[in-house]
This record gives sequence, C-alpha cells and structure tokens, in this order.
Amino acid sequence: MLELLTQTRWSPYAVGIGIGILSWLTFLISKRPIACSTTFAKLSGMIEMVFRGDKVEQKPYYQKLRLVVGWQMMLVLGVVIGSLLSALLAGDFRWQWVPSLWATTFGSAPLLRVVVAFLGGVIIGFGARWAGGCTSGHGISGTLQLAVSSWISALCFFIGGILTAHLIFRLVGQ
Amino acid sequence: MDERDTRTKRVKDLPTLLWGLAFGIVFGFLLQKGGVTNYDVIVGQLLLTDFTVLKIILSAVLTGMIGIYAMKSRGWVQLNPKSGSAGTNIIGGLIFGVGFAVLGYCPGTIAGAIGNGYLDATVGGLAGILIGAGFFAALYPRLSAGILKKGEFGDLTLPQLFKVNDWVVVVPVAVLIVLLLYWLERAGL
Repeated sequence: MLELLTQTRWSPYAVGIGIGILSWLTFLISKRPIACSTTFAKLSGMIEMVFRGDKVEQKPYYQKLRLVVGWQMMLVLGVVIGSLLSALLAGDFRWQWVPSLWATTFGSAPLLRVVVAFLGGVIIGFGARWAGGCTSGHGISGTLQLAVSSWISALCFFIGGILTAHLIFRLVGQ
Repeated sequence: MDERDTRTKRVKDLPTLLWGLAFGIVFGFLLQKGGVTNYDVIVGQLLLTDFTVLKIILSAVLTGMIGIYAMKSRGWVQLNPKSGSAGTNIIGGLIFGVGFAVLGYCPGTIAGAIGNGYLDATVGGLAGILIGAGFFAALYPRLSAGILKKGEFGDLTLPQLFKVNDWVVVVPVAVLIVLLLYWLERAGL
C-alpha cells in the first residue's frame, strides 16, 4: 500500500477510474460535480475588491457567481495540497521554471516561458469563463452527465488545443 | 435561506468547506499520480504524441457516467448539467483550447502544477488566469445579451436531446469509449 503512494506514476486508467469514483462521491455527498475554473473568477473578483472596494461585487458577472469562499474554492486548494503530497511522497516534487518539452524547442530561459504562460493563462482564464467551464467541469463532469454543452465544449477545447499546439511547436518552433 | 444572509456571508459552512477540501486533496493526488500536473504530458497530448490525458479523461467519464446514471435511476443523485449555446460552448471552447496549448495547463491541473513546484504555472499562468477571468467579468454585460445567447439550447443532456431512455445513450457511449481506449492501446499510443 505504502509502495503505491510512493510510486511516481500510476496507470492512467487507474487514475481515471479513481476520478470517476470520486465524482460519484461528490455527487452523493456534496451534490456537486468536480469543477475548478469558477474559483479563479471568484478569486479574481475578490482580489479586485481589495484594490477597488465593494463596488466590484456589483458587476453583473460577480452578482451571478457570488464572491464567497465555498466548496469549489476549497476543492481547488485541495488539489494544490494533494498534488504536493503525491509529489513529495514520490520524490517527484521540484522547483522548475521551464518544462523540458518547452526547453528543447524554445530554450531554457525562464522569462520567455513565464511570459508565454502568462499570456496562455489570460486566454484560458477568459475562455473558461466564456465556455462556462474547463477540462474538469465540462471535460469530465459535464461529459459524464452527457450534457450537450459539455460535449461541444470538450471537443472545442481539444480542437483549439491541438491546432494551437501544432502551430506553436511545428511552425513557430521550427 | 434568507437571500440577505447568503449575500452577506463571505464563507460557506464548515462541513461544505471540509468536504470540498477533502475531495480536492484526493483529486490533486490522482492528477499528480497521473502525470497531468506536468506541462510535457499535457502538451504531448495536444501534439498527439502522449495520450495520457485522453486515457484519464475517457476512463473517468466511463466510470463516472455509469455510476452517476445508475445512482440517478435509483433517485440517489440529481444531474446538474450546464446550460449552453453555440456562442458559449463553441467560441468559448475554442478560445479555451488556444489558451490550453499556450499555457500547457488547465485551471484544474494548474493547481496541481503549483503543488508540484512548477513555477511557470505559479508565477505566469496563475496570474494570467486571474486576469483573463477578470477581463471576462468586465466584458460580461456586453457579451451576455448577444453572442452568449446565440444558438441557445439550455441544460440539455444527450438522452433528452434524442428523447430516449438514459441507457440508450449510456451503453453505446460506454462501448465507444472502451473501443477507443482499446484501439489506442493496440496502436501503441
């Protein structure tokens, strides 16, 4: 059992089945699907409130979301902790600025990678709110409920992602 | 609950928060063990050289779908599908996809990447996601009455769309997922 926890990688099928069973439990116990991206919108609004005061909360989008610390925000915090635990147990934790796949094509300068990650973050943060969900909310929880909105979104995530990744690595990275 | 109560309360009740945290820890643990807190694995999927992401998603959907629909038919759980529209899901999905490839993490896996020590995620990506989400909130009043309403279809599920019994969709989707996974393994992907 302990050996299992210290393994660096598990079979993707074991992980997938685990996430599937986890989703049964979140539906049963918390009556909610696993989802992450709304948290970032709420956090964004809460941070803006620190600088610009309570009027931020009056924005129609934040009226819709409601800027409270709730179940999903704790879930996302839990993901940070769970991943840290798993990485520490397996000796897979490392401070790393530049991923190796990026470095082989674009070099190991941290600044370029961080700037691109920032731009990617802006786009995905904007897109997740536009689409009303992310890879977990639409891609896993929505598709497993057979929601039409989620199947369309998940397909578009991968169409956009596959085209862009090829553009970046096969054209720009040449 | 009184509407004013929920509006003035900044933090939900403790059991709700603790369950969220517990589920999150398990989810993050699984994501890290699956390797998807790693940029290389996610971008490898989008470059179609590493199929870990797809294998995890499909086996999660297969397991989750059968369990959730079994529990639904017993009245234990209620579905919670998101409502959607062509303008929301196609355009939003494609924008998301572009960001997915540029960032190399998604909103869930970036939380895992932060826990894993990946600083491009923590310093660059996280700041970006917060700003992108804030940007959407600022534009929302202009988008909500227009493009987001284009081709609206509501919170429909596939069985409702085809007007059939749930299992008429669940069983073929399950079979298709198994076949696709089998084919991926056969192809050595």
